[in-house]
Amino acid sequence: MKVIKIDKQDFTSGIEKLADSYRLFGPVKEKESYAFQKLEKGQLPDFNFKNTRLSIKSVINPQSEVMFEYSLDEKQTDHHVMKEAKKDYSPRAIFGVRPCDGKSMVLVKPNFDTLEYKDNYWLDSYNCTTFVGLACNDPCSTCFCTSAGSGPFDETGLDVLLIDMDDYYIAKAVTSKGEALLSAASWDTAGTLDDVEDKKSKAEKKIKTSVSIDNIKDRSINEIHQASFWEDIAFSCINCGTCTYVCPTCWCFDIQDENSGKSGVRMRNWDSCMFPLFTMHGTGHNPRGEKTQRVRQRFMHKLKYYLDKYDQGIQCVGCGRCIQSCPVNIDIRRVCNIMNDYNYE
Amino acid sequence: MIGYIDKIKEISKGLLEEKKVDMIIGFRKGTVPMINEPCVAKTSADVDNFVWDSSCGINLANYLTGRKEKIGIIAKGCDSRNIVNHIIENKINREQLTIIGVPCKGMVDRSKVKALVSSDIEEVIEKEDTMVISGADFEKTVKTSDVISKNCTICMHRNPVIFDELVAEEVDEQKDVNRYEDIDKIEAMDSGEKWNYFEDMFKSCIRCYACRNACPLCYCPTCFVDESKPQWVGKSQDPIDIWTFHFLRAYHCAGRCTDCGACVRACPMDIDVRLLTKKLEKDCFEMFNWEAGLSIDKRPPLDVFNADDPDGFIK
Ligand code: SF4
Ligand code: SF4
Ligand code: SF4
Ligand code: SF4
Repeated sequence: MKVIKIDKQDFTSGIEKLADSYRLFGPVKEKESYAFQKLEKGQLPDFNFKNTRLSIKSVINPQSEVMFEYSLDEKQTDHHVMKEAKKDYSPRAIFGVRPCDGKSMVLVKPNFDTLEYKDNYWLDSYNCTTFVGLACNDPCSTCFCTSAGSGPFDETGLDVLLIDMDDYYIAKAVTSKGEALLSAASWDTAGTLDDVEDKKSKAEKKIKTSVSIDNIKDRSINEIHQASFWEDIAFSCINCGTCTYVCPTCWCFDIQDENSGKSGVRMRNWDSCMFPLFTMHGTGHNPRGEKTQRVRQRFMHKLKYYLDKYDQGIQCVGCGRCIQSCPVNIDIRRVCNIMNDYNYE
Repeated sequence: MIGYIDKIKEISKGLLEEKKVDMIIGFRKGTVPMINEPCVAKTSADVDNFVWDSSCGINLANYLTGRKEKIGIIAKGCDSRNIVNHIIENKINREQLTIIGVPCKGMVDRSKVKALVSSDIEEVIEKEDTMVISGADFEKTVKTSDVISKNCTICMHRNPVIFDELVAEEVDEQKDVNRYEDIDKIEAMDSGEKWNYFEDMFKSCIRCYACRNACPLCYCPTCFVDESKPQWVGKSQDPIDIWTFHFLRAYHCAGRCTDCGACVRACPMDIDVRLLTKKLEKDCFEMFNWEAGLSIDKRPPLDVFNADDPDGFIK
């Protein structure tokens, strides 16, 4: 695969060229934080960010997404018929995807793309996207990607990895989709990876915290489920669901019909296992009625069920967003290590 | 305030050893700077994990709702007022509680501190009146009183209003503060400006409801936003639904809000939701001379009927 050197002024002109054939998205500063947004004509992705508050999940499967539209007006011939909502799936490129977010796509895909079911909303959105990663020269203190199966220079799930070499970028094509994007931008000066290794090991050294899962792997679900630490871990949780909304690997949603006058839409909205409503039955019975059960579910799903089911590590890429955003400081690193280090009989 | 911790531990251990309480709700050191985690101590060994500093902003009254145990709870001024609310609203019995009062000098606003430096804060060490903030390539000392939360800067009840033990001498209450500066500014706007102001304010809301869940007042078994028969509000990112949630929630807090700021601290998107409840707090103060949570012997103005009510409409 190609390795290209991009001078910083050529970066701008390349982005302008790409706007002809791609819908461009990238990090944009919003008040104090950054968010992925559609870039307007002439707007550049703002690379002065550490990480965005919400992950690329907010672009690939947005918080609220219309699936169908319908009319309740009986004068219309097609009233009460669910019609697929029109969407724009023309080529899209997302710039500034941090390696953890790139990796998250690989972790969530098996949920939306199974032998029996294809979630076309997710798949169409995913397939039309070229993921242009940006390596992390300067990870945050809450990052632990290196022990969560990713890393500040990880290419998994990306189509291109950009590395900021201070005066220029090195662009490493990871897939043919990525090569196509580099050509479309007329970025064609050959570069080398010679100095990249050094940057990479420097970045990796800056990551000071980690999780271990070797013991979790060997333990049975029941042993961990019944362990005595859950109540203490869950005490402070207010079940707000922030951790799951900001998480790139949390995928749950809820389907709702909303009418306005005689027309309506069927949409899906992010949902969260931390909400009591998530598991509420029509009978009023709630199998996860207690907060401790919900907190346990989140960590068991991420750190045990997923690990056992898909055999590709934990359902966490170590981005640290949940750690930064949790209003009561429930820290997945601490929880994972408690689960791993516990003295199971 | 960092000097309080020895006394907090001493009192806590005493209560547990004498079996006056089954548990004590306090804080343990957070894993990231400027946020400590609420926790429970059931033994003296657990109490050793307790900390106290300016990063104990979370309102612990929120953890009392409906509990059956005998509980010791560490309470700042605002926590104590929300405990009073809880007692008045039958969410906990006074007899169940041993309140360990903490005279407070204000809790830190993480966003204010983060805004002072350009890179990641890795460590914050608190001294008596200052904080030393450091990261990979910087170290900076700030005066704690310069970085406390907005609501703390205008707080009129820093000392607990109800307590069984007090960990230190009372601090001076603040005087000459303009409690309603922010609200006056919004009130002075015309309706178009107000519309734009609130539209911009709630633009980034993700409806996680952390503001609601962090608030001790929001204990309804099913919040109106979660009801489906009838469904009062839609569930999507439609701005009207987002605003409906916020405005209605604020009204449900009228005459009850203590301006503790827990809602703002909890918000992952830095939205100043407190501004809505503060307006209602101002109205209650001006119309009824009422401040919430000051006495367990007084009913809040919005849940009493008074035959001498100056307004005729209710008679
Ligand atoms: S963000 Fe924290 S408090 Fe909110 S649900 Fe997650 S763990 Fe609980
Ligand atoms: S669980 Fe937390 S650290 Fe892991 S991917 Fe999700 S938000 Fe990131
Ligand atoms: S509305 Fe906000 S400020 Fe008022 S009591 Fe609730 S959390 Fe505290
Ligand atoms: S905590 Fe913030 S983002 Fe969450 S619902 Fe409240 S205002 Fe919105």
